[in-house]
Amino acid sequence: MKPFTYERAATPAEAAAAAARTKGARFIAGGTNLLDLMKLQIETPTHLIDINDLALDKIEPAMDGGLRIGALVRNTDLAADERVRRGYGVLSRALLAGASGQLRNQATTAGNLLQRTRCPYFYDTNQPCNKRKPGSGCGAIGGFSRHHAIVGTSDACIATHPSDMAVAMRLLDATVETVRADGARRIIPIADFHRLPGNTPHIENALEPGELITSVLLPPPLGGNHVYRKVRDRASYAFALVSVAAVIGRDGTGRVALGGVAHKPWRMDAADDEIPRGAKAVAATLLADARTTHDNAFKLALVERTLASVLN
Amino acid sequence: MTEFDPSRRKLLKATAAATGGAVIAGRLAPEAEAANPQPAQSTPPPTVSVFLRVNGTEHQLMIDPRTTLLDALRERLHLTGSKKGCDQGQCGACTVIVDGRRITSCLTLAVMQEGHDITTIEGLGTPMNLHPMQAAFIKHDGYQCGFCTPGQICSAVAMLDEVKAGVPSHATADLTRKPEMTAVEFRERMSGNICRCGAYSNIQEAIAEVAGVKA
Repeated sequence: MKPFTYERAATPAEAAAAAARTKGARFIAGGTNLLDLMKLQIETPTHLIDINDLALDKIEPAMDGGLRIGALVRNTDLAADERVRRGYGVLSRALLAGASGQLRNQATTAGNLLQRTRCPYFYDTNQPCNKRKPGSGCGAIGGFSRHHAIVGTSDACIATHPSDMAVAMRLLDATVETVRADGARRIIPIADFHRLPGNTPHIENALEPGELITSVLLPPPLGGNHVYRKVRDRASYAFALVSVAAVIGRDGTGRVALGGVAHKPWRMDAADDEIPRGAKAVAATLLADARTTHDNAFKLALVERTLASVLN
Repeated sequence: MTEFDPSRRKLLKATAAATGGAVIAGRLAPEAEAANPQPAQSTPPPTVSVFLRVNGTEHQLMIDPRTTLLDALRERLHLTGSKKGCDQGQCGACTVIVDGRRITSCLTLAVMQEGHDITTIEGLGTPMNLHPMQAAFIKHDGYQCGFCTPGQICSAVAMLDEVKAGVPSHATADLTRKPEMTAVEFRERMSGNICRCGAYSNIQEAIAEVAGVKA
């Protein structure tokens, strides 16, 4: 790791102000992704602001009948919460499909949204990567790309977003609540939170420098049948090749979102409209603009089959 | 142990903020050089004071903030039961129990664990007074080389507490009910602990015996 200085912040506004004051500062909460990347010198913060003392570790009822999930709520606690298990089963299922018991005990709700890609070319500092080093090229395009994205890609980057939780959050139309360095708060719909790579794959989300996530808001429960189906290379503790999050009502309508196929959780209103017509129609809509490589073309069929296992 | 010097830390922190930390060398003001007479290339990063409560004992350490909890346990407190396998949170060999919950000690900084109760394999039991999980691992031969064993045992002890507390898993069929003590649950929940010797079946038998169920 590169040297850094360390401080513990006492309030969200203080943390955001400290981050804006110090160039190269980063927040640290669970640390499960940031420390890993710091060891490899992919992340090189000069100052760490420990936000674990901020009182953001509660899950509280929201005024509209939904839930306000504190940014620091650990993945284990979110998945185990009675209200989440009963009203937002797809979120609980997605969390439990990710990582290991140890990591879920450390990883936080906000940190999970901010996970970096697990693309091996991003992780290997000897390889070109436009996300790690803008302008250096993309090793995955034309390289080993079995795990990579098939939709929403660009000529600069075909990385995927690795989170399971984020796919469920996108399905549930969660919103991200933040505080900025000047103390101002804002709400970002999850659909606008993660970005597609375009020509700037190093910019992954809508947060401004120093902006701190304080909570994630869930709308009131949708009812219906909640499913998170994750297909991976082994039965546990592996990232998704393809995942499907779905909430399906008794009348056969509902919503679906995909993980493992794009730079962000992949959901389209037009695909939700196709749900009564079955998996083939839904897959055709979601993957209409797919661009695959030799290695990851199998994901087209895998998406349709995984959707079929959930919908039919 | 050197005395903690807040003025020096403050100075270095300010310098790091102004110059980007890694390029402190050669840019220090004359008074800073007087405060830190070592050669520029080997300027040590500013150390910080941390109190760690490990296995019921308080320790005060002056450490480089980069020190992971695992390295503090092994290199400073000489509690070498916790192992460094991958150092990336993938293998589980460094699993310790913090405030009753299992975590990978390689993916947290020691400075972040001040004020928490840390239990390592050395705190679970001793050769003369084994923890039931340690005794079961011996009885069922739940290891070959033994490198992953301390992590497996710490993980298994906290894992059974998670099931008892009603924390669901990927293997839990009905999220609205309490999870059951079954071998299927244990296998899923122990997936964060890798054993390259492949002693999994015996590890499962040891855990099942402690849980009082069929493997």
